[in-house]
Amino acid sequence: MQSEIELYRPQNLAEALTLLADYGPDGTPLAGGTNIVVELRDGHHNCKSLVDLSHLMELRGINQQNGYIVIGGGTTITELIDHPLIGAHAGILREAARLFANPLVRNRATVAGNLVDASPAADTAPPLLALNAEVQLMSQAATRWIRLEDFITGVRKTLLQPGELMFAIRLPVPSDRSAGAYNKVGLRKADAISVLSAAVMIELDDAGLCKQTGIALGAVAPKPFRAYEAEALLFGKVLGPELITEAARLAAEASRPIDDIRGTAAYRKRVVAVTVRRLLTKAVEVLK
Amino acid sequence: MKPQMITLHINGRTHYVALNPNLTLLVALRDLGYTDVKCGCEKGDCGACAVFLNGVAVNSCLVLAWQADEAEILTAAGLGTSEHPHPLQTAFSDAGAIQCGYCTPGMIISAKALLDQKPHPTDAEIRDAISGNLCRCTGYAQIIQAVQSAAEKMDAGGEG
Ligand SMILES: Cc1cc2nc3c(=O)[nH]c(=O)nc-3n(C[C@H](O)[C@H](O)[C@H](O)COP(=O)(O)OP(=O)(O)OC[C@H]3O[C@@H](n4cnc5c(N)ncnc54)[C@H](O)[C@@H]3O)c2cc1C
Ligand code: FES
Ligand code: FES
Repeated sequence: MQSEIELYRPQNLAEALTLLADYGPDGTPLAGGTNIVVELRDGHHNCKSLVDLSHLMELRGINQQNGYIVIGGGTTITELIDHPLIGAHAGILREAARLFANPLVRNRATVAGNLVDASPAADTAPPLLALNAEVQLMSQAATRWIRLEDFITGVRKTLLQPGELMFAIRLPVPSDRSAGAYNKVGLRKADAISVLSAAVMIELDDAGLCKQTGIALGAVAPKPFRAYEAEALLFGKVLGPELITEAARLAAEASRPIDDIRGTAAYRKRVVAVTVRRLLTKAVEVLK
Repeated sequence: MKPQMITLHINGRTHYVALNPNLTLLVALRDLGYTDVKCGCEKGDCGACAVFLNGVAVNSCLVLAWQADEAEILTAAGLGTSEHPHPLQTAFSDAGAIQCGYCTPGMIISAKALLDQKPHPTDAEIRDAISGNLCRCTGYAQIIQAVQSAAEKMDAGGEG
């Protein structure tokens, strides 16, 4: 265990923001610790001043406001599974939460922690990307909303600035004419790191033509991303099997996987094509 | 940073201890003598260190002790005594769900967390509930059986 750390325990949001402002680049938010405490143990963590957000009630909770589902940054993965608003409007996020790690980790791990950690395999990212989520970054001086897509910039890189914390995540409530599907492919069923984490959302217009899609992939590129070429192909069309297969192929082409212990790049591309095809097919079935 | 005094309420007893900020709850518990909380991987993979923290089952190796200041902690040993064991404790020993025993405290925490929410789980639900707990001895079948038989007993006896 790393020996020299400082740990501050603010009692409320204002105190937390003050501490983060004071410590600047040295200040690091600590939430569930499921990434940070492991890094401390391995001596990989180089930030000295941890600011513990795990008790801040201001960061908890899930609400519906002005057409958005708003998720507090400190919401745990377990809370995503249990909350009726997520079940009703963000089924793909619920499914990702259900397949995330294991119950002990899910009870501590937070949504903001997952997104700020910004691993290529962060499992909340694909469903949130497919749902057009934005993240709210807050410092003592200002608050800003950024599209999640822009927020994660590379392997464990984000737009979070020193002094900022992620206060909330929001997604527009999807229309009644939309449906989604999610799947995580791992090397085993439970508690696996993703070989692929894939989410799709489709919305049809009154004529049954594709009005909007979100196809998002994790663990097959330096960062979770939207497969826009595939989405563009589907726009304005009837989603039949051939079109879906072609879109799935484009999604696979857009992925940039690496060879690692969980699989080769070629295998991952193949899995993307098969998975995206199945997920699109499933979502179309739901809307029939 | 200097050690700070924190308060831990463990299995109904209150402890005041001075600890460094980098210590995990797992280390704190074991140093206080709660050695039923096992140290396996110290990185969230094995679940041997599981405890209830304010009623929520967590890996104590992933929680810094200071984060647990003022918290109510319940360990597997706190669930029952040798004279009055918890139905899960009885069921684990009766079903042969304990071999070396290293995973048992964590298994029992995860099993209790499940039964608190779902008194009549399916085998699949039990498997999911213990998916963060590794057992290298039993092959899990007896553990699942033990949880089922504890569920039946708790239902019949209104215990737990
Ligand atoms: C056994 C195990 C299994 C796992 N399985 C999975 C899995 O299946 N899928 C997956 O995606 N991940 C998995 N993880 C990784 C981890 O659990 C997640 O990334 C988790 O969501 C991190 O959240 P946390 O609250 O624990 O973050 P912490 O460890 O507390 O923090 C992680 C990062 O986020 C920052 N941070 C936290 N909260 C905020 C905030 N509000 N504002 C700004 N910055 C913040 C921290 O500074 C740090 O950089 C696993 C981890 C373990 C140990
Ligand atoms: S020792 Fe905590 S999970 Fe293994
Ligand atoms: S009984 Fe030995 S690890 Fe489970």
